[in-house]
Amino acid sequence: MARVVVDVMPKQEILDPQGQAVATALPRLGFAGISEVRQGKRFELEVADDVDDATLAQIAETLLANPVIEDFAVRRVEA
Amino acid sequence: MSAKIGVITFPGTLDDVDAQRAARRAGAEAVPLWHADADLRGVDAVIVPGGFSYGDYLRCGAIAKFAPVMGEVVRAAGQGMPVLGICNGFQILCEAGLLPGALTRNSALHFVCRDQWLKVENNTSAWTSRYDAGAELLVPLKSGEGAYMADAAVLDELEGEGRVLFRYAGDDPNGSLRGIAGITDARGRVAGLMPHPEHAIDPLTGPTDDGLGMFLSVLDVLVAA
Repeated sequence: MARVVVDVMPKQEILDPQGQAVATALPRLGFAGISEVRQGKRFELEVADDVDDATLAQIAETLLANPVIEDFAVRRVEA
Repeated sequence: MSAKIGVITFPGTLDDVDAQRAARRAGAEAVPLWHADADLRGVDAVIVPGGFSYGDYLRCGAIAKFAPVMGEVVRAAGQGMPVLGICNGFQILCEAGLLPGALTRNSALHFVCRDQWLKVENNTSAWTSRYDAGAELLVPLKSGEGAYMADAAVLDELEGEGRVLFRYAGDDPNGSLRGIAGITDARGRVAGLMPHPEHAIDPLTGPTDDGLGMFLSVLDVLVAA
């Protein structure tokens, strides 16, 4: 078994109102110097060893992310 | 024999009964369709209604696109069957690739629930022929992820081909690009919109009966066929 992490982020050109809400809250809380926040999603999958990278990319592209509005990155991490 | 309009129910669908009622009010026979059945039961058109299919747990419409019934809807749409997606149904049709773009969180992050004025931009599609071009309709809007997004090339293509069906009149309630509330596919047969025409078919229960025109429009197409 391997652990696979899929990070899904809104594309840079897509308005990210959640990230903006966090960014505007930071100065109110006294944290200065943060100019931008983008909010995304992280999926962690336990994957059998015989699942190849192409299959993982297909899972990310068809279900975990919507490529119209989101970018994704797939990586295997140490279990 | 009256035309048959199928209305899909997914787990978490809310507006299927209203959509069936709207189809009947327009003069069609409403046929319930179940998400797990890969069978359209001989219907002539399909409505994908609003709600929260599969809880919208992953992303609005993302899981529904894999439902067995949606495979049939995609196949039938490819053969020209009229399909209408309302609210969550619009999100599902975008996720399924029947319509371009995607719906994202409202720009103000709040769920919007109000009666909304819409301007009819295209009255030549299968679902809008009963309206005058430029007419303004008042129908309910109730959604948290209703901001229409697509890249500039897709938006220009939609505008250039007259595929924007409805635009929000007055303030843009959710940050949709270019105020887009509803669009259609290249053939004018598959349509999607965020506001709810099926909740505005009788002034007794809605703000107006302005929404009924969408269901009457498609019946014109089906009866003529």
